[in-house]
Amino acid sequence: MGLIENRFEKNVLVTTVDSVLNWARTSSMWPLTFGLACCAIEMMATGSAHYDLDRFGIIFRATPRQADIIIIAGTVTKKMVPPILKVYNQMPDPKWVVAMGSCATTGGPFKTYSVVQGIDKYLPVDVYVPGCQPRPQTLIASLVHLQDKIKAEHTIAKK
Amino acid sequence: MCPAKVMPEKRRVKIHMGPQHPSTHGVLHLVLTLHGERISKVECEVGFLHRGMEKIAENLQYQQFLPYPERLDYLSGLVHPMALCLTVEKMMDIEVPKRAAYIRVILAELSRIASHLLWLATHALDIGAMTVFMYAFREREAILNIFEMVTGGRMTFNYFRFGGCKQDVPAGFVERVNQFIYDFPSRMQDYETLLTNNRIWLLRTRDIGHLSAEDAINYGVTGSTLRGSGVDYDVRKEFPYSCYEEFDVEVPLSDRCDTYGRYLVRLEEMRQSLRIIKQACQNLPEGDIIADDPRVKLPKKEEAFNNMETMIRYCCSVMEGFSPPAGETYMSVEAPKGELGYYLVSDGSPKPYRLKIRVPSLLNLAPLDLMSRGHLIADIVAIIGTLDIVLGDVDK
Repeated sequence: MGLIENRFEKNVLVTTVDSVLNWARTSSMWPLTFGLACCAIEMMATGSAHYDLDRFGIIFRATPRQADIIIIAGTVTKKMVPPILKVYNQMPDPKWVVAMGSCATTGGPFKTYSVVQGIDKYLPVDVYVPGCQPRPQTLIASLVHLQDKIKAEHTIAKK
Repeated sequence: MCPAKVMPEKRRVKIHMGPQHPSTHGVLHLVLTLHGERISKVECEVGFLHRGMEKIAENLQYQQFLPYPERLDYLSGLVHPMALCLTVEKMMDIEVPKRAAYIRVILAELSRIASHLLWLATHALDIGAMTVFMYAFREREAILNIFEMVTGGRMTFNYFRFGGCKQDVPAGFVERVNQFIYDFPSRMQDYETLLTNNRIWLLRTRDIGHLSAEDAINYGVTGSTLRGSGVDYDVRKEFPYSCYEEFDVEVPLSDRCDTYGRYLVRLEEMRQSLRIIKQACQNLPEGDIIADDPRVKLPKKEEAFNNMETMIRYCCSVMEGFSPPAGETYMSVEAPKGELGYYLVSDGSPKPYRLKIRVPSLLNLAPLDLMSRGHLIADIVAIIGTLDIVLGDVDK
């Protein structure tokens, strides 16, 4: 077609497939809208007007089928583990897990009969976010860390 | 086998909503029985966030348990510890200095506005009004900044102490609050412009989730949900605590008994909270910030480091805590969700023998089945939203 003829002669970029994949994955990490407890409110605050996660390409999706990241935001109880695993298994690969707050990382202040002492007993956690609750800045920093982690991944090339 | 001969009961479909659903405000699991598009029955399953709060209380000293209640109702994190402090103070017969009581009132009312803003944001978002969500979070950030200035935390604070507050408010606090009081009414006008006469909003909320006054009382519903059914009951007016009797305030009511009526009540409550804050800021008395009672007031650090007896007393206060007299007491406050009560049984030891928490959200959730019968499936999110529940509060 006339529009694209001779347009690429000076604009050819050479890169690897891994870099393109990682670039695409880091630029559109879509977390699942999934709150458990107090941390979910800070997660909402991070997503809303003042802190605005959209500028990182992070847009919350309500269905696990469209999500790349699951943010475990809040206290995980023993009763809640099966639904979490169900949701996690519904997410397509590649997927990442962020454990937000002390409850999701270690059980936090709730060392009781009903609370799971850290979601990493059930899910492969990529980033742990400290705090009770973590401030929105902390959550943003952790997501940027996750972006760095994704950038270093190899899908095609052997390490 | 002819479809026309199948009884209607057999054609009813059961679907599960939650615990992972953005509109159930947390980890609430509903089993909806549907007849076509209409809801014929709702069953609630709770307990997905049960953390064993009451059992934790029995194993900790009073001051060790103080950071926990604000994780129950995390939307208004200052009201729960206030209720616990008032209960223990009633038990030990401690009189809180007036300045501390006033600061508690200002922070509790700011908490109420923050909680109602979050209710408005999520309620509107569930029904489809995205703009209100963004606006309401903007004002909520302004309140959280004031909290951060006073307590150092945004949502969990650990600021109140038995007998008063941890420390005095910083310089510039009153000016900051006054600025908020000045700004907020025009922001409220924005929400009203977006919602109150919006045709879609009216269609989605009017005559949805009808709850008569009689049913509301029978189910034990309290707070704005009860006042939206026209029952004049507010703990701040009926059983005043923490100097609430000194403020001139009205209790907003609505006779509509539906989602729209409860929306109007909560908006008016924010205005009334603003009035209380204004009066408290104008008349904020000078004085101590914590009661001068050796059981709850720690000695000053300078004295503790230079005087052996004071140091021993300091260590004992921290390590052993205090022991209220044996007995039992009940104290309730008006939390943003409804009546929040703490029932405390003490056996004279530094740990509570039993602490029963009367949470408003659990009882407000009870009439959900009654309110949603016969409505369309899309209305269930409006009805959950109007009940203003928070799952930490429901499950304890």
